[in-house]
Amino acid sequence: MNEVTKKIREVALKLLQKKKVDLVIGFEKGTLPLRATPCFVRREEEADRLVWNSFCENNLAKYIIRRPERVAIMAKGCDVRAAVELIKENQISREQLVIIGIPCQGMVDRRLVKAELQEREILEVVEKDNELILKGGDFKETLDRNTFLYHSCKTCTHRNPVIYDVLVGDVVEESNVDPYEDVKQFEDQLPEERWEYFSKEFTRCIRCYACRNACPLCYCQECFVDSSSPPWIGKTTNESDTAIFHLMRAFHLAGRCVECGACERACPVGVDIRKLHRKLARDVKERFGYESGVSLEQVTPLATFKPDDPEEFILNP
Amino acid sequence: MKTTTIKKKDIAGFLDNILTEYKVFAPVTRDERVVFEEIGAGSEAILDYQNTPMPPKGILFPQTERLFSYRSTKEIPDIVVPSFEEKQQLIFGIRPCDARSFTILDTVFDGDVKDPYYVNRRANTVMISIGCTKPQATCFCTSVGGGPFSEEGSDLLMIDCGDEYVVKVASDKGTRLLEKRGFEDAGKDKLAFVEEVIKKAEASMGPEVETDGLKEKLDKSFNDPIWMQVTDKCLGCGLCTYFCPTCHCFDIVDETVGSAGERIRIWDSCMFPLFALQASGLNPRPTVKERFRQRIMHKFSYMMDDYGKIGCVGCGRCVTECPVNLDIRQVLDKISRSEDIK
Repeated sequence: MNEVTKKIREVALKLLQKKKVDLVIGFEKGTLPLRATPCFVRREEEADRLVWNSFCENNLAKYIIRRPERVAIMAKGCDVRAAVELIKENQISREQLVIIGIPCQGMVDRRLVKAELQEREILEVVEKDNELILKGGDFKETLDRNTFLYHSCKTCTHRNPVIYDVLVGDVVEESNVDPYEDVKQFEDQLPEERWEYFSKEFTRCIRCYACRNACPLCYCQECFVDSSSPPWIGKTTNESDTAIFHLMRAFHLAGRCVECGACERACPVGVDIRKLHRKLARDVKERFGYESGVSLEQVTPLATFKPDDPEEFILNP
Repeated sequence: MKTTTIKKKDIAGFLDNILTEYKVFAPVTRDERVVFEEIGAGSEAILDYQNTPMPPKGILFPQTERLFSYRSTKEIPDIVVPSFEEKQQLIFGIRPCDARSFTILDTVFDGDVKDPYYVNRRANTVMISIGCTKPQATCFCTSVGGGPFSEEGSDLLMIDCGDEYVVKVASDKGTRLLEKRGFEDAGKDKLAFVEEVIKKAEASMGPEVETDGLKEKLDKSFNDPIWMQVTDKCLGCGLCTYFCPTCHCFDIVDETVGSAGERIRIWDSCMFPLFALQASGLNPRPTVKERFRQRIMHKFSYMMDDYGKIGCVGCGRCVTECPVNLDIRQVLDKISRSEDIK
């Protein structure tokens, strides 16, 4: 068992014993290799289920939205950013939330690993330092975990929790990668090329809404796609309806998306959902100086108005 | 039972021959994913794959299907029903679990009430399945009445025996398909070898999911708090239902522009909030708990009541694809073993 797992269990146990929280949300071992799975611990004796490894890929802040009870979450850098936005948007109060912050080394992209092994079925994974030791019926392969991280983890600039109540594990070095390098390249393309790219991406979408439901900032009590009167959007996989779903979602998340990548991890057909969201995140950062989820104090751009706003998008479209 | 053999190197030619008469769907690689698609040449079909992430369900029951189009220029609108495709089609390389899934869809769409769209397509479809010599760890077909070499739903079943496939004829459609081509009988020795292959594959299956007594247990569980526990982490998306080869719930929508439009059938999902919402505004399944329970109950209890069979073929897609690794096998196991449900 790794040190972080051990510590997390201790912290969780203590929180439950001292009745500081009613529930601890974390991860436990998944039923499949390369998977951890969200875990809800309410009883002291269950604290031992919690684990921390390279497969804790879900954003657990999804589960704290409008919770009535006092809750603790195991939170990576991105889970904390989502929690910060949710607190600011009054979806949970800071007082009822205990953040068990965990500096994150990035999560392993299970699909990338599987693709590397092609049709060979992985039956067991052991982690050793930075190595992933994969075992199958008739093979054993060792991969460097850092080569197989999610793209959202490779471009992450907030691996350490920005706020926390308890910090478990050592602070990690923040990467100085330019998170928007690919977005900038994309911006340089012709509008037709960009449209073609998105059109092709959206054709794969099957409208299962896994992206929306995995997103910690998508919490409308009634999503516009679920409205039947009026039906704002067609329900088929017609190209324009699918595009509207993704475009509207992107706009709705402008200045709110914390770039955790939960949407893409959930997407079963590999739609490049994040490109749109990151383009908007970059615009919001450049134009309004706002980066989502990094400060409890800074007012969100959609919740404020400045009389001297140049409003160039209206005057100079 | 009739059997024959076909060399692996002859498969492409075999399919080319079929292509002269049939529209052929086969597993192909698109954007690094294996999917069932219509092929133009036999060589496009890949033989060496585990299973397609997306089931071939959509070939007979498309996600979006136009039922008819209309134009209302007078009191009674003009309605145009699409003509049914006459051409025979063949699904090649389907896994036995997926071939079996169509027998479950048959009970729904081809039962007392016939769905002409499905029934027509189904009647024109021949299925050639490839048995699973290497079942995956997520497969549980044997727990729900199937098996890695189940012939149910297949017209021909191919069994990988190295350089060649031994082909078992599983239906009259299969017989007719082979008669035209004229293949030789497989012979006793090969069949004995096949028995070994089958035994070995079946022995390699993971632990069984207990389904004996499951229905009775489920029927008593409706109001049990266990549903809260097992659905804690469910995100409430529709991924599991869309990836399920037997999920068949649909919605019907009208898409109208001006005075003309189309009536379209689309896949629906019991996991969606809109699914059970009533016109009064009441939603009898207001949260993920009720929706997930419905999904499990439908497959493992209500389908038993209605059709006498489990509505799951154990393909394991919902297990593999679930964004939060909510494993149906674990859920069923928890319910089966629960001592509180009485």
